[in-house]
Amino acid sequence: MKTAVIQFPGSNCDGDALHAAQLLLDQDAQFVWHTEAGLPQGTELVFLPGGFSYGDHLRSGAIAARSPIMQAVKAHAERGGYVLGVCNGFQVLTESGLLPGALSRNRDLHFLCRPVHLRVENTGTAFTGAYTKGQVIEVPIAHGEGNYYADPETIARLEGEGQVVFRYVDNPNGSLNDIAGIVSERGNVLGMMPHPERAVEALLGSEDGRGLFDSLKGALVSR
Amino acid sequence: MTQAATLRDRAGTFGLSTEEFDLLVTRIGREPNALEAAIVGAMWSEHCGYKNSRPLFRHFPTTGPQVLQGPGENAGVVDIGDGWGVAFKMESHNHPSAVEPVQGAATGVGGILRDIFAMGARPFAVLDSLRFGNPDSPRTRFLLNGVVEGIAHYGNAIGVPTVGGEVTFHPSYQENPLVNVMALGLLRHEDLAKGTMGEVGNTIVYVGSKTGRDGLGGAVFASADLSNASQADRPAVQVGDPFMEKLLLEATLEAIQAGVVAGVQDMGAAGLVSSTCEMAYRAGLGITMDLDLVPTREDGMVPMELCLSESQERMILVPVPGKEQELLNLLAKWELDVVTIGQVEAHTNYRLTWRGEVVCDLPVDLLNEAPKYTREGIESEEIRAKRERDLSGVPVPGDLGAVLTDLLAHPTIASKRPIYQRFDHQVMTNTVVVPGAADAAVMRVKGSGMGVAATSDCNPRFVYLDPYAGAAAAVAEAARNLACVGATPLAITDNLNFGNPHRPEVYYQLERAVHGIADACRALNTPVTGGNVSLYNQYTEGDERVAIHPTPTIGMVGVLPDVTKRATMDLKGAGHTLYLIGEHADSIGASQYLETVHGLEAGHVPTLDLTREQAVIDAALHLIRAGLTDTAHDCAEGGLAVALSEMAIAGNTGLTVTLNAPTTTRADALLYGEAHARILIATPDEAGTEAALNAQGVPFTRLGTTGGDTVTIALPGHHIHLSVTLSALTHAFTTPLAEILG
Repeated sequence: MKTAVIQFPGSNCDGDALHAAQLLLDQDAQFVWHTEAGLPQGTELVFLPGGFSYGDHLRSGAIAARSPIMQAVKAHAERGGYVLGVCNGFQVLTESGLLPGALSRNRDLHFLCRPVHLRVENTGTAFTGAYTKGQVIEVPIAHGEGNYYADPETIARLEGEGQVVFRYVDNPNGSLNDIAGIVSERGNVLGMMPHPERAVEALLGSEDGRGLFDSLKGALVSR
Repeated sequence: MTQAATLRDRAGTFGLSTEEFDLLVTRIGREPNALEAAIVGAMWSEHCGYKNSRPLFRHFPTTGPQVLQGPGENAGVVDIGDGWGVAFKMESHNHPSAVEPVQGAATGVGGILRDIFAMGARPFAVLDSLRFGNPDSPRTRFLLNGVVEGIAHYGNAIGVPTVGGEVTFHPSYQENPLVNVMALGLLRHEDLAKGTMGEVGNTIVYVGSKTGRDGLGGAVFASADLSNASQADRPAVQVGDPFMEKLLLEATLEAIQAGVVAGVQDMGAAGLVSSTCEMAYRAGLGITMDLDLVPTREDGMVPMELCLSESQERMILVPVPGKEQELLNLLAKWELDVVTIGQVEAHTNYRLTWRGEVVCDLPVDLLNEAPKYTREGIESEEIRAKRERDLSGVPVPGDLGAVLTDLLAHPTIASKRPIYQRFDHQVMTNTVVVPGAADAAVMRVKGSGMGVAATSDCNPRFVYLDPYAGAAAAVAEAARNLACVGATPLAITDNLNFGNPHRPEVYYQLERAVHGIADACRALNTPVTGGNVSLYNQYTEGDERVAIHPTPTIGMVGVLPDVTKRATMDLKGAGHTLYLIGEHADSIGASQYLETVHGLEAGHVPTLDLTREQAVIDAALHLIRAGLTDTAHDCAEGGLAVALSEMAIAGNTGLTVTLNAPTTTRADALLYGEAHARILIATPDEAGTEAALNAQGVPFTRLGTTGGDTVTIALPGHHIHLSVTLSALTHAFTTPLAEILG
C-alpha cells in the first residue's frame, strides 16, 4: 500500500508513522513535506502523524489544515483514497473539515501518556476489518487535547451511521460518548487520538495496533 | 573618580571579585571597558568557567575504549557498537526553577537537548532528577507542579520521550529545588560533530531565535546564592519555545549529516559570548564578530545585552569552507533566522565590533582560562557528630508491618506514576522499558538488536553524612540499576549540586564527593565523559544560611547487546523463587527508615565494597543474559522489605519470604536497613540459578517464593512475622504523589 507520511514543522510522530508503515504496509513509504503541492504518484494511504504541527499555534492542527499539502490530501480523500490521522493528525482532520467535531483540552487539563483500552465498535471499515466487533485492544495515548466534542446532531449521526469505530473503555479525557476514533461518511478517512503506530511490536509492549494496518492491506486487496 | 575605579568598585555586579578584576587588568595590561568586564565575569563564572571545581576534575577517570568523546565538548559520547554512539549529558536548571518553575524546567530540557544535537546526535531520551522540600508545603506543591508542567510542555512538544529519573523530597531543598535534566542522543560515528571554529577564514553563522533581553546574566545569576532579591531576577529566567527548538534540531542534524558543518555549538549559559568564545578556544584561533548583525527581538539593544542574553533556541554553526551557501539554503527550508555574523581570524583575540567600533578585544585564552581556586575543606563538626551517633538506643518498632506501608507512602519512595504519565515517554517508538517498570529506562536502537539503558541516581542523605562514600555509592547504585535491566554500564555524566564553596564545610563535601565518584568510576570502569556543576545552592532563612544536602547526581548509560535479554522489577507470576544476590543489611545507619520513622538523619553510611559491587553486577547480568531471570530489582531507599514490596506491587503478585539471619542483627536493619551490592531476582529455575550464582562466586540467599495476595516476611529467629495485603501496599504506594500534585 503506497503510503505518504505528511511532515509539518513540529510533527514529532512522523518518524514513528513512517517506521510502522514501512514495517507493515510499504517498504518504500516516504515523507512528504508540508509545502509540497501534490502527493507522490500512486499514493494509496496518507498518514497524518502526531506531534505539535506549527507548535500548536492558534489551535492544534489549525495551521497545518491550511498548509499547501492539505489541498492534495483533501483531493485524495474526495477520490476515495485512504487517510489516517493519529493524535495531531486527527486534530488536523477536524480542522480541515475532513472529519466532523473538534478536540479540546483533556478533562483534567493535563497531558496524559499511558496505555488505554479501546473497544472496536465497527469492523465494517477499511481500518478495522481485521478486528472482531467488540474486541478490546490496548493502544497508548499521548495527548493534552483529545477531548472529542461535536454538536448533538453530529454525535447522533456518527453513532447512527456507525462512524464511531473506536471507543474508550475507561474514558481518559472526557470525550463525548467515549469517542476515541471516527471515520468519515464514506469510511475512507479515520481520525483517532490513540497511537496505533506505537503498538505494532511486541518489544514495545503491545501489538494490538497491527490490526489497523492489516485491515488496510486487506481492504486494498478486496477493493 | 575615574571610570576604571568605578568599574573596579562595581566588579561584583559582573560576578568578579576585586582580586579577579585586578588580575584582569594585569593580564591585558590596560583597564577593561564595562562590556569586557561583563564578558569576563560571565566566562569566569562557576557556570562557565568552573573556577572552584575544575582543579578537582583532574581526579576523574575520563578515558577508556568505550569513550568516543570525553569531557570538554557539548556532551560526552560513548561507543555502543555497530558504528553507533550515544551522546549524553546532564545539566542543572536549579536557580531558574526556584524563581519560575515552569520556564526554568522547560528551558532546562531545551538547553540539554541542544547540547546533544550539537554533537550530531538525535536526542532520543530525557531523564529528570528532581528534588524538592517538604512535600506538605504549598511551595513544594507549586514548584513540583510547575517543574512537571515545564518538562511536559517542552519535552512532549519537541517529541523526545521522558523515560526516567528520580523525584525525592527533603527539607534542605525547600527554597532551592534541584532540577537536573539528562539527555541522550543517538549518532553514527561518522556524524560526530564538534564545537570548534575550525580554520582561519571560516565564517560564523547565527541560526535560530532572535536575541531578546531575557536570560540576561543567567550564568552569573546561577553562580550566586538565592535570596528574596532573586525574585527580582525573574528577567534572568529565559522563556523556551519547543517548536523553534524542533526546527533547529532538524535543521542542525540535516546540516551535519549533509557534511556542510565544520563546527557547531548551542548558545547556552552566557549566550553568544560563551559559545563563540569556547569554539574559538578549541580551534586555538581568534574571531571577529559584528554585533550589529545579531538578529534582535527589540530595538535599542546594546552590546552587553547582545552578548550575554540567554534567549533560547539559538545555535552557532561554522560552515565547511566552500559549503557556506549550501548550509544557508538548507537552513532556509526550516524558515529559521540565519545570519553570517563574523569570521575566524589569524589572530588570537575575541574581537567584537558595534556601530563600526571595536567594543571588545580580549585574548581568547584569557576568557577561557578562569582563575582556579583550590580551597580548604573542613568537615562540619555537626555532621560528623551525626555520623558518629550511637544508634543502639533506637527502639525497634512494635508494628513492623505499619513501617512498611509508611515507607511505601513516603513521597520519596512512592510511585511517581502521576508525574510520568504527564510526560510522553513513548514517542519515537523506542522505549522498551517504561518509567516505573524497572530500575533504569531501556530504549531499543532501531536497525540493530541493541538497547541503551540510562539511569540517574544519588542518595543525598548518604552524601550528607559521608561525602566520599555517599558519592561513590551513587555511582555504584547507578551501575547496579543498569545491571538490573540487563545493561553493561559504560560511562557517566555528573551534575554536582552543592552549596557555597567559599564555606569550608561545603568545599569539603565537594572535594570528598569528587574523590568518591572518581574512585568508584575507576573501579566500575565507567569513565566520566562530562557534566555540570551547580554551586551556591543555598538560601537564607532568618539568620541562618541553609545549604542543600550535597547532591552529586550521577547519570549513567549502559548497553544491552541484545535488547530482548532484559529484566524489569515486576514479579512475573506465582511459583517463582526469590533470591537476594549479595548480603543482608546489618545496620539502620543513614537509612530512609531511620529518617522517616525515627526522625533521625544519622549513622554511618553502608560500607561500599566496589569489588563485591562489580561481582554482584556481573552475576545479575549473567543470569539475565543466560535467560535464567527476567525479574531484577535493586534494594535502595527502604531496604529489602520495600524492594520486595515494589516487585510485588508492580507484578500484582504476592510473595512469602523467610529471613534466616542471625539475631545479632536488629530486625529493622534486616527489613529496612540499606546496604550496597544487593540485587533481588525472581526465577522459575532454582537449580539453574543456584548453579550459575555458585559459579559466579557471589554470596546469595534463597529468600522464598512468589504467589498469593500478601507480602509476608518471617524472621523466625526474631519471632517476627509480618504480613500485609497487596491491596494495602498498593494503596499506600500509589496515592501520595497524586495528592501532592493536587
